[in-house]
Amino acid sequence: MEIYLDNSATTKVLPQVTEAMLNAMLIDYGNPSSLHGKGVESERLLTAARRKIAECLGADFGEIFFTSGGTEANNWAVLGAALQRQGRGRHLITTQVEHPSVLASFQRLEENGFEVTYLPVNQEGFISVKHLKDALREETILVSIMYVNNETGTIQPIETCGQIIKEIAPHALFHVDGVQSLGKIAIPIRRGKIDLLSISAHKIHGPKGVGALYIKQGVIIKPLLVGGEQEEQRRAGTENVPGIVGFGVAAEMVKGSTENIPVIVELRDYFLDCLSDLDGFHLNGFIENSIPYILNLWFKGVDRGEILVHMLEEKGLYVSTGSACHSKRDNPSHVLKAMGKKDEALYGAIRVSLSAYTEKEELQKAAQIIKEKVLEYREFKGELS
Amino acid sequence: MKIVLIVRYGEISLKGKNRHQFENRLLNNMRAALKDLPKRQIKKTYGRIYVEVNEDADLVIERLVKVFGIHSLSLAEAAFLDLSAIQETAFKQMEKIQLPGTFKVETSRPYKRFPLKSPEVSREVGGYVLEKLPEWKVDVHRPQVTINVEIREEGAFVYSGDVKGLGGLPVGSTGKALLLISGGIDSPVAGWLAMKRGVQPIGLYFHSPPFTSERAKDKVVDLGRVLTSYGRSFKLYINHFTEIQKTIRKVCPEEFYVTLMRRMMFRIGEIVATEEKALALVTGENLGQVASQTLESMMAINEVTNLPVLRPLITMDKLEIMDLARKIGTYDISIQPYEDCCTLFLPKHPATKPNLVKVREAEKALDIEGLIEESLAKTEIVYLP
Repeated sequence: MEIYLDNSATTKVLPQVTEAMLNAMLIDYGNPSSLHGKGVESERLLTAARRKIAECLGADFGEIFFTSGGTEANNWAVLGAALQRQGRGRHLITTQVEHPSVLASFQRLEENGFEVTYLPVNQEGFISVKHLKDALREETILVSIMYVNNETGTIQPIETCGQIIKEIAPHALFHVDGVQSLGKIAIPIRRGKIDLLSISAHKIHGPKGVGALYIKQGVIIKPLLVGGEQEEQRRAGTENVPGIVGFGVAAEMVKGSTENIPVIVELRDYFLDCLSDLDGFHLNGFIENSIPYILNLWFKGVDRGEILVHMLEEKGLYVSTGSACHSKRDNPSHVLKAMGKKDEALYGAIRVSLSAYTEKEELQKAAQIIKEKVLEYREFKGELS
Repeated sequence: MKIVLIVRYGEISLKGKNRHQFENRLLNNMRAALKDLPKRQIKKTYGRIYVEVNEDADLVIERLVKVFGIHSLSLAEAAFLDLSAIQETAFKQMEKIQLPGTFKVETSRPYKRFPLKSPEVSREVGGYVLEKLPEWKVDVHRPQVTINVEIREEGAFVYSGDVKGLGGLPVGSTGKALLLISGGIDSPVAGWLAMKRGVQPIGLYFHSPPFTSERAKDKVVDLGRVLTSYGRSFKLYINHFTEIQKTIRKVCPEEFYVTLMRRMMFRIGEIVATEEKALALVTGENLGQVASQTLESMMAINEVTNLPVLRPLITMDKLEIMDLARKIGTYDISIQPYEDCCTLFLPKHPATKPNLVKVREAEKALDIEGLIEESLAKTEIVYLP
């Protein structure tokens, strides 16, 4: 038996997606830049996928630029925006809880003389709008805030943030890392005055290795990859047509699921209810204003998340430690650290992440396995029980 | 002109009666190191081995410098036993060298029937080269380039300089030993040093899921693969150690965890060694590197086996071990952050000088035979490469 509850790391690809991808590899395999019919066919596939993704976001299809994934989209947005606008100022703002692909981009800019303000979060993982207001200045040229946190599911108030940014620092571009929100909750691209938005296919049952950056009409950022005329000369390199086609299908299928939230909320509450008779069970983050797909849990006495992950795996249950990127003991999650977490809450946390296809029965079994293994862990450590 | 690789093997030429056996082992190991390359002649004569090389000389040298038992290698051109042929060959070699500077010719003449004596050959060849390349100067004391001429029955060999081999004895020539290997820095180095003295290692790794991850196991396999590049093969036993670890944890006093765990490892090691007809255990232990690596502790651990325990690292400093690990090529694998079972569940206050009487007493709570039998039943074997 396999229960996969690590959907924020990646998801299982849907058969409709692989079918479309196979077609793009075996039949319409041309290069979209080729002049002949094979090229035209494949260019049509690209355009169709672009439309589907734009539709899923509520954007215009000319605003979607394909990348090799969320990491490239984040790198491109941050570096490209800063380099484009550095003439107007060299101050940037982001948060302490961003994905490493965002944080590392800002660190690179710091090395090159930019000044970065990292907004702190409270114990529940939320930034404060007041901190943002205080940080914004005349020379601020970019603000990057993730919508849904990949480790805790916390939803940042980006709609309010966007309005404040454009009011106080109209020259600043607003980038949102939307990788964990796509297909889960509606992204307020227009109302949030978002200029740049990163998304990725493999978090919505599409293939790995493909993502996109939404760039608002009229916004210009420096390209990261150069040397080709693809993507309106903004992202060079032959397009990953099969990946993009798969992304398109996945986006189409996930389109309606933002209305699914009440169903997932019910599933999550059921899962938490199943765990409620386990003593010393806690949540990192806050259940309100978080997406129900991601839960960050910790248990009194469980001081090494990695071991619990392997114990659960023995029973066929797949989850992550705090985040898939943090498995080292000496290097705990920067997100949980920013939230002021210590001891078991920091080192023992696991992340359980649902998908739109998760079933109630799976969650019941998962809770059962978690309870059993947490007790075993405690017994082994000779604590509590 | 024929190009050959002259292979010198230092130490084994000293081993009187066994010499023949050692030489054959070395030849076999050399053949094994080259087995995926085109077939070639490998010939043994009078304390030398000649390996036929073509354009693949660099690759052959790269492989052979990792074969234990080889003292040095020189890429030589073979010439007829005739002075003018030797002169021409030496000139051709000098001509390829960019810097005009100082040189000398050094001759050895094991083949005494050659009409000229060594100093005479050197003088004649040197004179010829000088005549053709007047911008060079002779310096017999500190030359920048030395041209070596060897006069042997089978022909004359002309070369410049040599590549140092690793020395030691051919792997397999002194017998088999069981290497207790973890994913850490030390034990692969210990294995390599044992191989240097002619030992064919058999690996034994203690896998302890869920306390050690599958990746930790893969890491040990990768380390084993590095060792095979210095020897022919590596048979790796992967023992299932979980129950033993859990039971010790459950029923024995905390201060003796490490000692008792290692006693169990040695017992299992002895059983596997006996089965493999291996005559010793090899460990990466080092005196005083961690609190539990004391003479008292070694005595307490040693008690359970009658096999000699080889500890090649015993007197080395950590930095020396790390340097060697880098040279061997295991360091980067060893420092990957997956834990092995020795670093987990270390007691807060281990007994640094375990008292044998108390250790024996603590061990009484364990069903030693039953636990070992169970762990052996779950042991798997991996054959590398």
